[in-house]
Amino acid sequence: MTTLSFDSPADPILERRRQIQGIAKATVGRRKTYSRAAIGICWVFLVIAVIPLVAVILYTLAKGLPAWSTGFFTQVTKPEGIPNGGVWNAIVGTVIIGAIATAVTIPLGLLAGLFLAESDGWAAGAIRFAADVMTGVPSILMGIFGYIALVRTFGYAAWIGAFSIGMIMLPVIMRAGETAIRGVDPHLSEAGLALGARKFMIARRIVLPAALPGIITGALLAIARGVGETAPLLFTIFGNQYLQANPTKPMEALPLVIYNYSSQPYADLIQIAWGAALLLMSAVLILNIGSRWLAGFLQRERR
Amino acid sequence: MTATSSEPLGREKRHSRFSLPNGGYRAILIVGGAIFAALVIWFLYSIVNQSRPAFSTLGFSWIIQKTWNPNLHKFGLLPFILGTVETTAIAMVLAVPIGLGSALALAYLVPQRAKVLLGTAVELLAAVPSVVYGLWGVIALAPLFREYVEPFSSSAFGWTGLFNGANSGVGLMLAGTILFVMVLPTMVAISRDVLAVVPKEQVEGAMALGATQWQVLRKVVLPEARAGLLGAFILATGRALGETVAVALVIGNSDYIAHSLKSPSATLASLIINNFGEASGTELAALFGAGLVLLVIGLTVNSIARALVRRAGGSGSVASVAVA
Repeated sequence: MTTLSFDSPADPILERRRQIQGIAKATVGRRKTYSRAAIGICWVFLVIAVIPLVAVILYTLAKGLPAWSTGFFTQVTKPEGIPNGGVWNAIVGTVIIGAIATAVTIPLGLLAGLFLAESDGWAAGAIRFAADVMTGVPSILMGIFGYIALVRTFGYAAWIGAFSIGMIMLPVIMRAGETAIRGVDPHLSEAGLALGARKFMIARRIVLPAALPGIITGALLAIARGVGETAPLLFTIFGNQYLQANPTKPMEALPLVIYNYSSQPYADLIQIAWGAALLLMSAVLILNIGSRWLAGFLQRERR
Repeated sequence: MTATSSEPLGREKRHSRFSLPNGGYRAILIVGGAIFAALVIWFLYSIVNQSRPAFSTLGFSWIIQKTWNPNLHKFGLLPFILGTVETTAIAMVLAVPIGLGSALALAYLVPQRAKVLLGTAVELLAAVPSVVYGLWGVIALAPLFREYVEPFSSSAFGWTGLFNGANSGVGLMLAGTILFVMVLPTMVAISRDVLAVVPKEQVEGAMALGATQWQVLRKVVLPEARAGLLGAFILATGRALGETVAVALVIGNSDYIAHSLKSPSATLASLIINNFGEASGTELAALFGAGLVLLVIGLTVNSIARALVRRAGGSGSVASVAVA
């Protein structure tokens, strides 16, 4: 210690420092052991967390791939006992319902997201809060809503399923859009203002293109979440064992097939459920990974 | 934008013809916000309005009555409220230590490259559709529980009285476990975001003072991230409370109050989905009423969680908005 020469027992600060150093030295072994144990437990927990998650994916792959035959993709769902059933009608249904929901919620969600990003009043605050809370409302309630509000008047129909799914997607797109738009450098829009552009032109030519990576990410994540939902569809599209592409009629969808077949005692139906689960999971994961890749790609392009 | 400046002047002009005056632009945005607000109000009104008959014919006490038997015109929700709380509790008892430990590991212990990979994997898993987890639970886990987990827990912990009854595989324990697997990615992803924004100076300061790695995490990082972690916990709880199809597939669906962790039970959401098809009249109103109870619980839980996570500054990225 270089300060040793100034050291005197009378100095309370130095005395206190020596005490602290003493305690630190005396406890360092115990503290290190304790730390190693605790950090080890964190690692163990991470492994425990990864196991079931990996198990779900591997199990679905192992059970689902054998179900993927040509018939699986080209035939409609058939009742137990009739061989060679597929999920073609459910694939068509999921795509149509997803497409309707996306086509309506993206423009609306973007407008509302722009509104949230450009306003700070109490009304914007209330809508932002409502959007946040709506992302966490159990999805079954959106199904009940679709049933009460529309099925009772119009009967079971695919477009009502799209409405219920859209209610789940809308707040996600709004909040993701707002986050992306708020992330745009304000200097860019100020430059637009300085050039005499109107606000609409600034939004269309400057802010939205700059926020595009975030907006696309949010939209794709919302679609991924929407097409995987089961509960809202049970109340609204009813299911249909025939191929149906008319959105005003009851339709089949992949989540419904999985849900209905998984409680059946027949091995062939359960195998189709696994095939459908693998298909749905792959679609959702591809949308997710794709959104990340695209966002990164657009970000790099811009630089 | 660099892209627009390189376009020929003529094209610029053509574009600029579609423009709106500032007032018109503002009006369109307000319409967008107003449509969403109207949808939310329509949603709330529909649920409240349709469950009103249940309150007017059954009184308010039906929510906490014990018997659900449509033949006797009894629609007590207590078994389902308890089932919802019990499955969620099982899930969260497992998810809190494991989720928090994993989030700490992901935010501070894992090497940088693995961090991105594992973090993305966790976020992807939050996106796996719940019906896939349900299928996995009923086909893969239920036999495992019936043959191994339930007999083992009965023989090892039977003295607690929590594991009486037959080994059927499906029931509270399996439903809680499936919920745990489902909420874990949410829990880990948000906790990790919240933990990662703890100021570096504080962490480095503690390290400079000679704190061990665990002391830094325990005494500096965790207290600093407390509010956000609580928010992550509540958000995950909200997910578990409202989960429908996965739980309906593995809980066994019984209208009676569960007396053991192995008993079949039902949650508010699984009650609605299983009885909705055949219900009419007061029963249908009672199911909508169950939905209203679920909605009130969900709204309360979520508003608290949102406030906490936002104050902690955890949900900054677009991805984290969607994960939550």
